[in-house]
Amino acid sequence: MKCHPRCVVNLHIPHQKEIIMTEATLEKLKILAAAAKYDVSCSSSGTVRRNDGKGVGNTVGGVGICHSFAADGRCIALLKVMLTNYCKYDCAYCINRRSNDIPRATLSVSELVGITMEFYRRNYIEGLFLSSGVVRNPDYTMERIARIAKELRTVHRFNGYIHLKSIPGASRELVSEAGRYADRMSVNIEIPNEESLKFLAPDKDYSSIYQPMNFIRQGVLECEEDRKKFVNVPRFVPAGQSTQMIVGASRDTDRDILRVSSSLYSMPTMRRVYYSGYVSVNSYDSRLPVLRQPPLVRENRLYQADWLMRFYHFKADEITDGDNPNLDLEVDPKLAWALRHPEAFPIDVNRAPYEMILRVPGIGVKSATLIVNARRYRHLDSGHLKKIGVVMKRARYFITCGELSALCIADSSPEYVRKQLTVKPKVSPLQLSFDFS
Amino acid sequence: MIIYRYDGSFDGLLTAVFDMFVRKEEPDMLVASDCALPLFCDVLYDVCPDPEKASRVWKKMRGVLSRGAASAYMAASLSDNPDYPTHAMKFARRAVLSESSIENDFSDPAVLAVVREARRVKGEAHRLLQFIRFQKACDGTYFAMIEPLFDVLPFAVNHFVDRFSDQPFIIYDRIRDYGYHYDIEDVRRIVLSSEGMHVRTGQLDSSIMDSDEMLFQSLWRGYVDAIAIKERSNPRKQRADMPVRYWKYLTEMNNPLSE
Repeated sequence: MKCHPRCVVNLHIPHQKEIIMTEATLEKLKILAAAAKYDVSCSSSGTVRRNDGKGVGNTVGGVGICHSFAADGRCIALLKVMLTNYCKYDCAYCINRRSNDIPRATLSVSELVGITMEFYRRNYIEGLFLSSGVVRNPDYTMERIARIAKELRTVHRFNGYIHLKSIPGASRELVSEAGRYADRMSVNIEIPNEESLKFLAPDKDYSSIYQPMNFIRQGVLECEEDRKKFVNVPRFVPAGQSTQMIVGASRDTDRDILRVSSSLYSMPTMRRVYYSGYVSVNSYDSRLPVLRQPPLVRENRLYQADWLMRFYHFKADEITDGDNPNLDLEVDPKLAWALRHPEAFPIDVNRAPYEMILRVPGIGVKSATLIVNARRYRHLDSGHLKKIGVVMKRARYFITCGELSALCIADSSPEYVRKQLTVKPKVSPLQLSFDFS
Repeated sequence: MIIYRYDGSFDGLLTAVFDMFVRKEEPDMLVASDCALPLFCDVLYDVCPDPEKASRVWKKMRGVLSRGAASAYMAASLSDNPDYPTHAMKFARRAVLSESSIENDFSDPAVLAVVREARRVKGEAHRLLQFIRFQKACDGTYFAMIEPLFDVLPFAVNHFVDRFSDQPFIIYDRIRDYGYHYDIEDVRRIVLSSEGMHVRTGQLDSSIMDSDEMLFQSLWRGYVDAIAIKERSNPRKQRADMPVRYWKYLTEMNNPLSE
C-alpha cells in the first residue's frame, strides 16, 4: 500500500480488543437478530451530533443513513438485536413467547459492545437498537439495557446512534437512566385496543405501556426546560420516542389504529408510529387469525394514511369515517378521500392555498412546494405542472389551471374517475402469426 | 446556431458565461469538449477556462442565490447529463442578469434542470455514506474502495473524518483513480500504485488484513441474513434501494468463502 510515510511509522491502535469472539458468538448473533426482526423501527434520524474529537462517531439527522437493505427490502441502519430472547411473558403474537420451543441465547455485555463498535468502525451500521425479552422482572431487564448503553457511551466513548427499548412496567429511575444515554426510546403498543391486548397478552395492560412513555416524555420536557436555563445540561432522548402496532393480529379496524396513532402524535415527543403486518409466527394459537401471507397491502395503506396525517394536514377522522372503518385496499387513502369528496374539486393550482394543493391526488409535498414557489413568477399551465413532476394522469381530474381541462371529477362521477384510475387498459397482444390449424 | 464548447470543469462553465457577455451574444448550446457537436452549427467558440473570469461570475451569482441554491448549482455541475451544461449556462445567465432571486422559478426548464441534477448528484454522495464498507488492515488502517457514478468523493470525505476521527482510513475511487488518506491528523489526496491486489479487486489481501477482519465480515453476513423476514421477501425493493452497481464492494453481498 503506497501511502503517506507517517502512516507506517505511526502504528496507532485506537481500540484494544479485550474480548474474544468466536463461532459461538455468530450463532448467538443470528438467533438474537432473528428474534428482533419483527421490530420495524430502524431509523437513525432525529438528532444531529457532531463528533467532539474525543470519541467515535456522530449522528447526521435529516433522513438518517440506511447502510444496507435486507432480502425483504427493509433497511438496516442500526444493529437491531435483542440482549436475550428468554422471556417470562406469553404474548400470543410474539415469536419469543415463553411457551415457544425455539433456540434461546443471551449476549454478554462485552460481546454486544464489541460487535457494535467493530461494525460501526467498518461503516456497517449507524448505531445500536437494543431490545430484550423480559427476564426476572421489568426493572432487572431495563437495568441491563441501560447498563449496555452506559458502557458504550462512557467506556468506549461511542457517539453514534442508540435506540433503546423501554420495557413495559419499568420504573421511572431506570427509564431516566437509560434516557440519558439513548438518542431514541420506544415502547411498543402492539395492539391498538386494550381489550384485545389483554386477550392476546394476559401479562400486559395499557397502563404498563403508557407509563414508560410518559416517563420518557416528562424527561424530555424537563430537560428542555433545564436547557433554557443552563448551557451544559446533557440531552435526554433527543430524537424522541417511537412505537409500533401489529396489523392483522386482532379484529381492530384501521379506524381504531389511526385514532390511536393520531392521539399519539399529539404527544409532544412522539416522532413515529410504525405498523407491522402480522406474520403468522404462532399459527397453533387459536386466538390468532391464520394468515397465509402477512397483510402487506393493508400495512402499506396504513403507512400512506400515517403520511397523510404527518405531512399532508389530514385528520384521522377524514381518512376513515364511520361508513368506511377500513382503508380502501384498491386505491390509496388520499385518492379515496378525493373520491368521497368530489365537492372539494377542482382546485385552481394558481390560486389555491398550499394545504389544498396538497390534497390533490398526484401532487406530493415536493411538487406542491415547487408549485407555490413557481406560480409567483408566472401563470402555470399543464405543461409546467408536468415538468415539475405532477402525475397528470391522476391530477387532471382534480385541478384546473385556466385551460380547457379534462373531465373534472365534479362534472363526471367518482365512479367514473375511480374506474379510469384503477382499471388497467387492455393491451391487445401483437399478432405475429395466423393460426391456420 | 451559436455553440460554445468547454472543458467540462466548473471554471470552464462560468468562463463561458463571462465570455458570452463579452462577445454580446446568446449561445444556443454549451457542450463539453468530449461530446459530439450537433449537425448544424454556424459559430463554434472554444471557451478557455480562466479562474479570474469564473470567480467574477461566481461572485455575482452568489449575491443573487441563496446558500442552498449555490451549493446545489455546484453539485449539479458534476452531473454526466450531456444536455445539462446548456441549462447550467442559461441558469447562470439569468442569475447574473436578474436583480432578485430566480432559484424558485420552477417553471423555467433551466431552474428545474439544476434542481434535478443536483438531486441526482447529492443522492449519489449520500449513497457513499450508506454503502462504503471498510476493511481493517493489519497496520490499523481501514480501507474502502468505491465506484460512484459521479466524482462525489470530496463531498463524502468530511463526514468520515468527523465520524472516525481516531481511526486512519483510505477511501479510494477506482474509476477516477484517486482517493483520500486520513492519518488522524490530516486528510490527503493520494493515488495508489496499481500493482497491489487490493487496488484491483477492492479486497484486502489476507497477508495485509487484520486477523479479526474475516470474523467480523462473517458476523455481519450472518446478521444481514438473519434480520430478513422470509415471509416478506422483496428482492425488487432491495435492488431499488441498494443499486446493484454497489454490490461489488458490499461485504454482505459478497462471500469470498463461497466462491
